Amino acid sequence: MKQPSRRAFLKTAALAGGTVAGLSATAKAGPKNVLSPDRNGVLVDTTVCIGCRSCEYACRTAHGLPTPPLETYGDKTVFKEMRRPNTGALTVVNQYPNPTKSDLPYYVKVQCMHCDHPACVSACIVGAFSKQENGAIIWDTDKCIGCRYCMAACPFQIPSFEYEKALNPEIRKCDFCYTRTQENKLPACVDACPVEALTFGPREEVVRIAKQRMATYGNRYVNHVYGELEAGGTGWMYLAGRDFADLKFPKLGASPAPGVSEAIQHGIFAYFVPPVALYAILGAIMWMTKTREEGA
Amino acid sequence: MEAHMKPTPIKAKFLTPGVIVLILLAVNGLMFLAGRFFFGIGSVTHLSDQYPWGLWIAVDVAAGVALAAGGFTTAALGHVMHLEEYHAVIRPALLTAMLGYTFVAIGVCVDIGRWYFVWHPLVMWNGSSALFEVGICVMIYMTVLYIEFLPLVTERFIGKVNLPGILKNLNRPVERLLRALDRGLSKTMFVFIIAGVVLSTLHQSSLGTLMVIAGAKMHPLWFTPILPLLFLLSAIAVGLPMVIFESTLAARSFKLKPETEILGKLGGMVAPILGVYLAFKLGDMVIRETFVYLTEFSTASVMWTIEVLVGIVIPLRMFLSPSVLKSPALTFTAAALVVFGVALNRINNFIVAYTPPYAVHAYFPSIGEISVTVGLIALLTLMYRAYVMIFPVISLPQDRPALHAKYAIRTEKS
Ligand code: SF4
Ligand code: SF4
Repeated sequence: MKQPSRRAFLKTAALAGGTVAGLSATAKAGPKNVLSPDRNGVLVDTTVCIGCRSCEYACRTAHGLPTPPLETYGDKTVFKEMRRPNTGALTVVNQYPNPTKSDLPYYVKVQCMHCDHPACVSACIVGAFSKQENGAIIWDTDKCIGCRYCMAACPFQIPSFEYEKALNPEIRKCDFCYTRTQENKLPACVDACPVEALTFGPREEVVRIAKQRMATYGNRYVNHVYGELEAGGTGWMYLAGRDFADLKFPKLGASPAPGVSEAIQHGIFAYFVPPVALYAILGAIMWMTKTREEGA
Repeated sequence: MEAHMKPTPIKAKFLTPGVIVLILLAVNGLMFLAGRFFFGIGSVTHLSDQYPWGLWIAVDVAAGVALAAGGFTTAALGHVMHLEEYHAVIRPALLTAMLGYTFVAIGVCVDIGRWYFVWHPLVMWNGSSALFEVGICVMIYMTVLYIEFLPLVTERFIGKVNLPGILKNLNRPVERLLRALDRGLSKTMFVFIIAGVVLSTLHQSSLGTLMVIAGAKMHPLWFTPILPLLFLLSAIAVGLPMVIFESTLAARSFKLKPETEILGKLGGMVAPILGVYLAFKLGDMVIRETFVYLTEFSTASVMWTIEVLVGIVIPLRMFLSPSVLKSPALTFTAAALVVFGVALNRINNFIVAYTPPYAVHAYFPSIGEISVTVGLIALLTLMYRAYVMIFPVISLPQDRPALHAKYAIRTEKS
């Protein structure tokens, strides 16, 4: 068999390296992930919520999900066990005891937090998740491959998957009523709440209101706005009358969930320099050891 | 002695009692697989919103990729560094890698909800996603592996093309095609070989990056920002033991003489790499002071201890001993322990370490998940057997001096 000549070796190697380098020029792809100053947020005041679950009903109706009749939502037995949002209910309310006033338990509404630095957007293999100008994190069914990496990544354990479906199973989670807010309507849950436990508005404004409430009614709240800093800040934020850990909020630092992983990714792929360099080094080793062998 | 070794298709009966058992296991797995495709992932698995990833991702995908690392480690030793003595094992390792990645791809299609969109990452990019990088690299690398295997196909069939019946007219063109392919391949093969090594280092480490984003949910015994480095090191460390493991099994099953000398030489290479891996793993533990979690008795601490003790420390000690390297049985045992350790590490990282904040029950794989995983492994083994019987993969001693062989076996010395 004829040896590939050394010149041919160099030529082909350079060609291959060049192709990879050329690819890097086009590798700007990525999902929309904007942190607009106008993004919205919601303040959930768990000391105001009465656990009527009107928001659950409104959410199901707004998203075309099957729901039992509104009258049945008064049933308090559902609070016996902790519930999580799932494919049939994008938001749920849970009950926790109030150590000082046992007849006035705390209620905590749970849904997607619409993170400022969302793990789901960073993680999704095809960029099916995106963060919009108005703060909503939405999911694109035309892209999703159903790998469920978003679920593994989300620090709040929010995205839910239709395990029982064989064809086109969906990832479901709160979409911040993206279609409604586009039409200048309030999110369905905020609209439905009879006691104004939910306050919708620009995120900065929402943070201000939260701090104001804490200052005015100091003994009503623990001194913490959950979500102001957690996981790099979230769109939905909470006030509470007892420690957030007792209300089963995950304890998270202020660094964004995708931070470390993105740093690693971008380090490896910094304009494809590390892979191309490795390619060149290996090529050189191959060429040199070959020379050695031929000389022998 | 090596000059008389030549890769040759093995002549043996395909069906043996062992093979029949494998076929039964495969059929059983395929039945559960049918359930998954007709009735959804939920119908055969214990996966849930709490545990989105389970046995299939941990074993079929993560462990599968790691255990196929023999392909790129032997290619680096034999082809890039031109170390002659490894050439006899490059082909078996290449075949394992090619079949291994094929089954990783199948495993991915089984696990993802919309398998018919598996090609989406090719056109929908997300550069910040570790999974995206893994997906792209695995797809390209699998193609590279099939290209690297082509010389075995041309070698097998050049001069022997003999199509039956009316296809006879095609004999000449096919023959010519094979020869053209062969010429093209031998000129460009080194590009693919280097690319294969680069792609492997990339995605082997990125598999470790996968769980970094889930940091808040990961048990501290495994979670560290250097996970990608640990994944890469362990993949490199398991490459040669995997070659020893499967060569010994193949030799046994075909009643061939095991290549004690070569395998012992390979075994000698294992200890240093395994030592580096262990040093990084323990060093990281000391720096992050996670050893405190070993004092509590839990699934995590037990699994960690088994992984490190049985999967790294004991085989490391064994590979350091010259008497072990002289004994095929002991070398095999040590290699098997490393394979076990790395597979367990992947299971630990993807299942045991994963502690979702709102878990109401623990995850344990269902009968269906286990059946599918076992079935796929059985199928892979069957295909390996078929391939070595069809293609010149395993080196056998020759009576006459070996003919010079092609690029993918040894460096051409014409
Ligand atoms: S809570 Fe989870 S799903 Fe919602 S934006 Fe944050 S990371 Fe994404
Ligand atoms: S399941 Fe869908 S949305 Fe979630 S990470 Fe995978 S492709 Fe993206």
